[in-house]
Amino acid sequence: MELYHNITINHYLALSAVLFGMGALGILFRRNAIIMFMCIELMLNAVNISLVAFSKMWNHTDAQVFVFFIMVVAAAEVAVGLAILMMLYRNTHTTDTSVLNNLKF
Amino acid sequence: MLSEYAFWFLSFVAVFSAAGMIFSKNPVYSVLSLIITFFAVAGHYFLLGAQFLAAVHIIVYAGAIMVLFLYVIMMLNLNKLEEEKRSIWSKSLSVATGGILMLVLLAAVRRTDELNAIAVGEYDAAMGLTQNLGNVLYREFLMPFELASVLFLGAMVGAVYLSKKELA
Repeated sequence: MELYHNITINHYLALSAVLFGMGALGILFRRNAIIMFMCIELMLNAVNISLVAFSKMWNHTDAQVFVFFIMVVAAAEVAVGLAILMMLYRNTHTTDTSVLNNLKF
Repeated sequence: MLSEYAFWFLSFVAVFSAAGMIFSKNPVYSVLSLIITFFAVAGHYFLLGAQFLAAVHIIVYAGAIMVLFLYVIMMLNLNKLEEEKRSIWSKSLSVATGGILMLVLLAAVRRTDELNAIAVGEYDAAMGLTQNLGNVLYREFLMPFELASVLFLGAMVGAVYLSKKELA
């Protein structure tokens, strides 16, 4: 379905897929805990884009409310996650997650 | 016509600044790149007729969450370049894995052509405005809305507890 001039739902799904893949790539590529957190935010946003596109496609508001709740969860997650990060830094004096290898087999 | 160009422009800005976020060595530059990505995403929300969500997105992400990130970087004094000690083998393997995931998702999207055949009724331009969203949020989604405040309370208590000095 054409959302507006020449742009279909597939364009938005492709953009969402690319951004989600880049977030996953960043989590695998970096070892800095702060950057990994930001990659999680990027992945959440990629999903939000596809939800808003679906909302326009079906002409329905529910998807936008869902995006609203995803933002709520992201904000709560960042608050707790950065507190955990501060504690990690206080104990190890680094934000590099490769020092956390106690569970490594 | 203009909105088509806007789509491509915003998409390139979003993807390239996301790449800048991943590959820049300085965490401060990463945060700034991610803010540019978020503004591009907000532009996409505008294009899709979700004006209220675009405003909330800028306020919550660029205004609150990324400021929190910058604040933590400032408190931990992380604005120096630090080398991540990893083998080139491990790095290239991670890039390959992420790239393959991206390709699989894109291939899955390519197969959804039947979505384009669906005919949906006339588009309501007022759908993404504050009044309409407020009506839905406070009528149909009142319970999740109230539960979200409980979630925030829990997150706040958890953050304060984790940041206490004597815990460590």
